[in-house]
Amino acid sequence: MSISTGSAWVDGSSSLMKRYKILRGTNWGKAAVVGIPAFWLAVFFFVPFLVVFKISLSETAIAVPPYTALLEWDVEEAYMTFKLNLGNYFYLLEDAFYLDAYLSSIKIAAVSTFFALIVAFPIAYLIARSEGSKRGLLLALVILPFWTSFLLRVYAWMGFLKKNGIVNEFLLSIGVIDQPLIMLQTDFAVYIGIVYTYLPFMVLPLYSALEKMDITLLEAAEDLGCTPMKGFFLITVPQAMPGIIAGCLLVFIPAVGEFVIPALLGGSDTLMIGRVLWDEFFLNRDWPMASAVAIVMLVVLVLPIMLVRNSQGKQEAI
Amino acid sequence: MTSSQVIDMQSSTVAAAKTVPSWKQDGAEPFVRIENITKKFGEFTAVDNVSLDIYKSELFCLLGGSGSGKSTLLRMLAGFESPTSGRILIDGVDMAGIQPWKRPVNMMFQSYALFPHLTVADNVGFGLKREGVSNGEVKKRVAEMLDMVQLGHLGKRKPHQLSGGQRQRVALARSLIKRPKLLLLDEPLGALDKKLREETQFELINIQEELGVTFVVVTHDQEEAMTLATRIGVMNNGVIVQTDEPHDVYEYPNSRFVAEFIGSVNLFEGQVTEDEPDFVRITSPEAGAALSVNHGISCAPDQVVHVAVRPEKIHISHERPEQKDNCLQGEIEEIAYMGSLSVFKVRLPSGKEVRVTQPNFTRHMGERFTWNDKVFLYWDEDSSVVLTS
Repeated sequence: MSISTGSAWVDGSSSLMKRYKILRGTNWGKAAVVGIPAFWLAVFFFVPFLVVFKISLSETAIAVPPYTALLEWDVEEAYMTFKLNLGNYFYLLEDAFYLDAYLSSIKIAAVSTFFALIVAFPIAYLIARSEGSKRGLLLALVILPFWTSFLLRVYAWMGFLKKNGIVNEFLLSIGVIDQPLIMLQTDFAVYIGIVYTYLPFMVLPLYSALEKMDITLLEAAEDLGCTPMKGFFLITVPQAMPGIIAGCLLVFIPAVGEFVIPALLGGSDTLMIGRVLWDEFFLNRDWPMASAVAIVMLVVLVLPIMLVRNSQGKQEAI
Repeated sequence: MTSSQVIDMQSSTVAAAKTVPSWKQDGAEPFVRIENITKKFGEFTAVDNVSLDIYKSELFCLLGGSGSGKSTLLRMLAGFESPTSGRILIDGVDMAGIQPWKRPVNMMFQSYALFPHLTVADNVGFGLKREGVSNGEVKKRVAEMLDMVQLGHLGKRKPHQLSGGQRQRVALARSLIKRPKLLLLDEPLGALDKKLREETQFELINIQEELGVTFVVVTHDQEEAMTLATRIGVMNNGVIVQTDEPHDVYEYPNSRFVAEFIGSVNLFEGQVTEDEPDFVRITSPEAGAALSVNHGISCAPDQVVHVAVRPEKIHISHERPEQKDNCLQGEIEEIAYMGSLSVFKVRLPSGKEVRVTQPNFTRHMGERFTWNDKVFLYWDEDSSVVLTS
């Protein structure tokens, strides 16, 4: 009797263990870790994206909200209409204005990203090569500007760059120029604004890549006949490549869609897609067109990034 | 190792034995001349007034503990550090102010420092490409080099896909491809496990002899230094304490530091009672017997000296031997069976512990002695050395 209960107990526990194993097989902890951000992205990114995509396929209307529904249901006639308006996308392609805006945005973002890289590299290099105790402080200094409002900092640049601003006053006083330079409301000011604002996003990934680098690699390169300059391009830059790619993406992507900086520092001829979007939404009240602009921008940005990621993945596989 | 390599090694040792080595010839021109080199980091003196001559095709080992200055000396030869004072001549050229990338010297780094983003072949060819050698020539020489280190099939791999031993070979190939006059090796075998290290030691010697390149090796491993080196420079606190052939460094250490640093040794403190040109007798209360040594020393009368005897040169026996000098009595306190040999720790009446090793000639050798046995320890007067410093 006691034996049989014993074996039953063993059987029971083993089946319990089996069941528990099945539970463990689904790996709830892992699911939660992946699931929570996935849920977040689904609700706050993917669903809004679908909504915007839907709006881009509708027509503008004088109504609230200011666009037509895709699906209409006439109860009396028992008639359902489903209307897809691709006109916004065709219009985007037809009107050179939009193409110009995209190209100009990409150009401004690309130039800014390049200069951000040039400025950030020495900073990141210096921090990575400084003593361990100083690194924390230097990194904190890089991040420090984030503690004040972004708008405030852009306004501060207006104070620097305007006609009777600090830069002009200084250059006039030392006699380098005899007429104030026009800097505000030019593309130049936009470049400065973007480079300044996004610099930390470039410095941090560069730092983390450079910090991992073994300095004896540079000694080995010198030993094999490289001047320090050559060693930098042949060893340091390739070693920093993951950081360079990450930093450039982190600066380039938001810079393409940037609205505030061109609005405040740029001139009337600074054409950027963020401003076009704003104008379509708030001046023209053409929500479908604005949505189409947004969707195309996303495609324009996502495709090259996926290509980059793909090539990186392949490189790692080798 | 293939049989032909073994034959090569034997024939080369025979050849080496026939010719008088350059460091014993009068007026031989040294290939590397280090003159009164001092290197200070702030207040700390890493290398203190070192002078050293290294001859062509030598395999010179700088042996020392950490912080002894051996790596700093090596880095000064490579040009990564510049001496605070003194000068370095390589092949007759003063290296002062000559940058690392212009020196006829290559280095194999302790961490190997392989470029992780380049393939094995590109790593090996790196130095040649910098010289502007044509692509075809680079390819040919890389292939030759990889064949020499037996990695011909791995040229397309990245360093992280190699084992530790393979990485070490890549590093060696990369540092040799420019055919440097002088190759510096920083702990070349330090990262390998024991078995691989022993194999690689001989390969390194073969390659060195084949190419005739002068090697300077830095190591903290005395066995490595003994196997590799034509000569060893023992360093301590920034100073070269002794420079000699491995055999002489081991058998005739010139100081207590060298005796204790290389291998293990028993030291008996005593006073000289008889001092002949080729014979010294010393009384040592510690040893409890008179110790005699068959070589003369130069020291002041009544100076305190040390007699050094290596553990493997001491005989151990239950029966009293015939000799009177160099014969101690004691009790076995510890026995360690190490496979190829047994180690005995014998306590003398004075409290002094003596270490004796005996090869296990037969399987049951170790069983002849057991704990608390009263034993006699004795050695030839030819086996010990008197150390005055």
